[in-house]
Formats: sequence, C-alpha cells, structure tokens
Amino acid sequence: MKQLMKGNHALAEAAIRAGCRFFAGYPITPQSEILEYFSWRMPEAGGSFAQTSSEIEGINQVLGAAAAGQRAITSSSGPGFTLKQEGISYMQSLEVPAVIVDVMRYGIGLGDIFYGQGDYFQATKGGGHGGYLLPVYAPSSVQENADLVALAFDTAEKYRSPVIVLSDAAIGQMCGSVELPEMKEFDIDRFEWALKGRDRHYPQGRTLTDRMYYDFGYDEYDKHERDRYDAMKENEQLWEEVQAEDAEVILVSYGISSRICKEAVKAARAEGLRLGLIRAITVWPFPTKAFQKYNGKASAYMTVEMSQMGQMAEDAFIAAHCQTPVYSMPTGRDVADSEDIIANVKDILAGRKEAF
Amino acid sequence: MGKISLNTGYCKSCGLCIRACTRGALSISGKTNEKGYRVIAADDMKCVGCGLCYTVCPDYVFTIEDQTGSEWTV
Amino acid sequence: MAMTKKIPDTIKGANTFCPGCGHGVVVRLIAEALEELGHADDAICAVAVGCSCLVNVALGIDKIGCPHGRASACAAGIKRVRPGNLVFSYQGDGDSLSIGLAETVYSAQRNEKFTQIIVNNGVFGMTGGQASPCTLIGQKTTTTVDGRSVNMSGVPLDIMKMFGQIESVAYLARGSVHDAQNILNTKRYIKKAFEAQMAGAGFSCVEILSPCPTNWHMEPVDSMERIAGVVSAYYPIGEIVTGGGLNA
Repeated sequence: MKQLMKGNHALAEAAIRAGCRFFAGYPITPQSEILEYFSWRMPEAGGSFAQTSSEIEGINQVLGAAAAGQRAITSSSGPGFTLKQEGISYMQSLEVPAVIVDVMRYGIGLGDIFYGQGDYFQATKGGGHGGYLLPVYAPSSVQENADLVALAFDTAEKYRSPVIVLSDAAIGQMCGSVELPEMKEFDIDRFEWALKGRDRHYPQGRTLTDRMYYDFGYDEYDKHERDRYDAMKENEQLWEEVQAEDAEVILVSYGISSRICKEAVKAARAEGLRLGLIRAITVWPFPTKAFQKYNGKASAYMTVEMSQMGQMAEDAFIAAHCQTPVYSMPTGRDVADSEDIIANVKDILAGRKEAF
Repeated sequence: MGKISLNTGYCKSCGLCIRACTRGALSISGKTNEKGYRVIAADDMKCVGCGLCYTVCPDYVFTIEDQTGSEWTV
Repeated sequence: MAMTKKIPDTIKGANTFCPGCGHGVVVRLIAEALEELGHADDAICAVAVGCSCLVNVALGIDKIGCPHGRASACAAGIKRVRPGNLVFSYQGDGDSLSIGLAETVYSAQRNEKFTQIIVNNGVFGMTGGQASPCTLIGQKTTTTVDGRSVNMSGVPLDIMKMFGQIESVAYLARGSVHDAQNILNTKRYIKKAFEAQMAGAGFSCVEILSPCPTNWHMEPVDSMERIAGVVSAYYPIGEIVTGGGLNA
C-alpha cells in the first residue's frame, strides 16, 4: 500500500520495518525529523531510543548496541556527521555492522541548513582516521530513502561493516509516495561474534576490539582489509542509467541533483542532443562498471552535484580512466537547472568548457 | 590454617605482599623468574594462611589452600 | 577459620600491568565479584583506551574495545539491548573524566542502567604520565613539571560530587586498593554496584583510587602510602549513595 510520507519519516519507518530496534542521536537540521520520529516509534516497536548529549555519544551507543547484536542506527547532518567519524572508524576496525544516516546540507564549518551535497568526500573517502572504506547509498527519492535504508542493514551485516545512507535535505524534507517494506524482527543472538556473555564458542569471553590485535597478524590484517573492500567493490556497485547507451555526453550525478539530470536528458533529447545519465546509487563503491561500458565511446562525462567544487568529479575522473574527458558542474547552494545543464553540455561540445 | 603456595612466574617483585604480611613470612628471594623479576618467597613456618598477601597482590601469585577442604571467601 | 583463596577462573592468566599497579587488584576484584554473584557467564565489559585496555589480557569475559572516552556510551548501548546481562565499563580517570566526561556524566544523568568502574590514578599512564583531571595540586607530571597549580589547571575533579547531584543515581562509592582492608571494602562496593544494576535500580559507579608507581616515580609500597595520605585526603573513601535510583 502506497502512502504519502516525508522523506525523513519514510527512512525512519523503513528502518523500523527492517528490524532496527535501536536509535541514538542528536538534533540537527535537516535531520531532526528522523530523531523525532524514532523518539515515539522506536519504543512503540519495542526498541530503544536515546537522545544523547552529542553525536559522539550517539554513535558510541550505537556501537555498543550493534556489537550486542541489535540492528542499530544513528543519523545526523554535516557538522554532526563529522563528529560520528571517530565511531565509524572504530566500527570498521571492530567490524561491527550499523547504519549511519547523513542528511546532507550545504557548506563547510557551520555552513547552512540549505539543501546541499557537501558531504560526498567525508562519506565516501573513509572520513575518519586510518584509511578505511564503507558502503554508501545515495537515495534520490522518498521511496529510495525507505528502500536503501533497509538494504543498508543487509549490506552492513553481509560484510560486518558500518554502512552510510547519504540522503540530503531536499530528499529528507520532500513528501512523496512510498511503499514501505514488510515488518521484520531479528534475534539478537543470531551472530556468533556478537557480545552476549561467554559461551562454548568463547569460553574465556569475546575480545571484540581492533581485529588487528587478536584475530590477525599485522600483515595478514592489511590483506584482510583489502579483500573486504575488494569484495564490496566487486559485488555492491549500484547505479541507474538513463539513455546512456548512445549518448554523446553522459551526465554523472546522485541524490537530488540526479533528479534534475533526468529532466535535462529528456529536454536535451527533445532538441536532438544525445544526452545520457549515470546515476550512482552507491557512491562508494563508485559504479566504475557503468563507466567501463562507455569509456572511450562517449565523448564526455559531466558530473552535476550541489557542492562548492566538484567532489564526485574526482571519482568520475578516476572511473573514466583517461579514456573519456570529465567535466564538472558544481552548483553550490542551488539545485541544478536543466537549462543550465544543457548549456554546459553545449559548451563542452563546442570546446568552451574546461575539463576537470 | 591454610597452606600457602606461590606462582612465582607471575611475580613482578613489587613488594606489596611483604608490606601486608603481619608475620614477616614473605621476602624477596634470590631467584629470578622468566620476566627477569626477583621473586617472592614464603616461609611456611611463619605463614598462618591469613590470605592478606592474596588480597593485596596485583599479580595473582598467591594461593591459600584450606587444609580442611572447605571454602571461605571474603 | 577454614579458607581457600585462589585466583578466580575468570582471570585468564598473568596480567601485563607494571609492577605494583593497582589495576591488577581491581581486575581480580571484578572477577571475584562476578563469580560470587553468578554473573561471570553473562557479564560484558566496555573497555576504555589507556592502561585499562590491558584488561583484555586478564579478564575472561565478553569485552569490547571502545573509542577513547566512549566506554560508558558503549556500555549504555549494550545494556539497552541486553538488559539481562551484567554490563560495566572499565575506564581510567583520563578516559572517563577528561575526554569522556560528557559520556560519563550523561550516562548517570540519563540513568543508564550499567555500572561504571573508574580506576583513578591521577595521571595518563599509558602515554607516559601526563596530568589528568585528577592530578593533585602540586603533583609533578610531564605536563605539570613544576607541580599542578590551581591558577593553571583548576582543582582536581571530583566525579562523586558531580554524580551526587543527580538524584536518580542508584549506587555510588569510592574505594581504594592501598591496603587489604580497603581492597576488601572496594570489592564489597563493586558487588553492591553490580547488585543495584541487576535489580534495575539505575546507574551505578565505583571509583577506585589506585597507584601508578611508574609515572609517580615511586616504589609500589610508597605509592600505597601516598594514597593512604594525600590522595585519600582529597578524595574521601566510602559509599556516597546507597539504595538510590528507581527502587528508592
């Protein structure tokens, strides 16, 4: 049954239905509706809700809850998400699965509560210390806010990894029609590794700490980490293509910006311009497999994203493998306009736009 | 009366047991363990099995066995 | 009186603390308390960063290594998911009262129903003896080379006074490991804190005065005398709150 919901609410309800029974977080615009929704819905579903003293306390409660076997989630935006990075790095080192939502806003520092896509780098590049990676899903609709948060839990448990849902203010605040997933419940004892008290598997208790210390030698550990990330890169890339097969120029985008790109493709085609789109659904692993089909075939890629300078453009540049030039169209505080996109594409074809 | 036994492999020669013993039954011996510490020795003749050494030892060196076989914990 | 005293089965083996360090005693007291209360099999420990993390080597129960300062937040998350398990954090004063003060105070403020164990030795031990919030006035450390001054760093932090203002706290005590009598009392405090937790009464904490002979640059025996003297004079030993919390 489809229903009309706000993006942030759809995400929270879908998490509950995906069996999540633990939330801890802190208010920040434009994420606060998630916190508010969980505050009544989580106890109603038999779960635990905590409004913590900071994002740091929130992510660490989630670390404890997830380590104890519960499906657990926290959410924030921009500056608050930065505070969670310490905990995310620890989750990756302990290999504790959990979901972290970043409802992106605009700018560095305090920035502003305007919608934006300023957190691409800090979400996709292992934003905490030490150099780790983790799957990052980028919804572009209210429906995907629901679908991808549910998928995020499955992926998290598949790899024992934290997973980010990189939503944004526009998707979080918009109302849209959504089909919510079926309600699921999970046994907190389903993982042998999860904290529950010593047992026959661990007669002297579990020591769930940096896996480097007790589970691997230092050299083995590096390989173990590389193998995990390689498996994610191989298996988890998700993207949507819109008329990319015969496109002369292929737009590359995600989230709110990609919605306008779809409109631009339609408008460009109407005037005979062969425009296409690769919409990244996982922004890490970046959908390089899509690029492999078009590298050297399309005459240009152009990234469209709401940030001060191109962030995703760097990943597109790497994925293009120097076989097709990449152009960047960062739109800052403004959602891209399809006419501007088409004008930029025409500039590329006329040799008037500088390559990234 | 309890019988004292020592796992001197764990001893770090801190001397806290000597300070705690009211009978002067403990002393640093001339022996060195694998870690390189000069270990504690007990004089069975002076020991009354009170367990104070067990209580203060940070390194789990001492065991006091009840010779009647029953257990008592503090 | 017939008696047997032997190392609890829950102690895995030799610990890796420095000679004369109080952590070794505290870890044994926890193991004894867990076994005597019948909770060794369901206990879960949130382990801090610093010398506290060496508990991983010694204590044979489920443990999780937490980010620096965040062990009480992790413990709260674990306890909320597994209310039937005995959950405690094991932290030093640097971890719990400096970088982790917010997580510590708000765990008490929110009445998170786990037990916090704070081993207070007044220095950052693992990093080489820098001043902590609990360094005493006049005490020399690597970051207070002329001795801690009130002008530069204020007065030593007393977490029991801060907690004492929170009416919902279930159990609070400050123990010490400086002699046998205080060690036995501290074990009693730990057991009472665990019992308050398992009764669902609310947040409980035992702070334990402990020596760091290495970074105090003192012999172990002299370190214990220092606690008996100036340390326990500033940080009074005893129970602060009993029978508090939700069941009060």
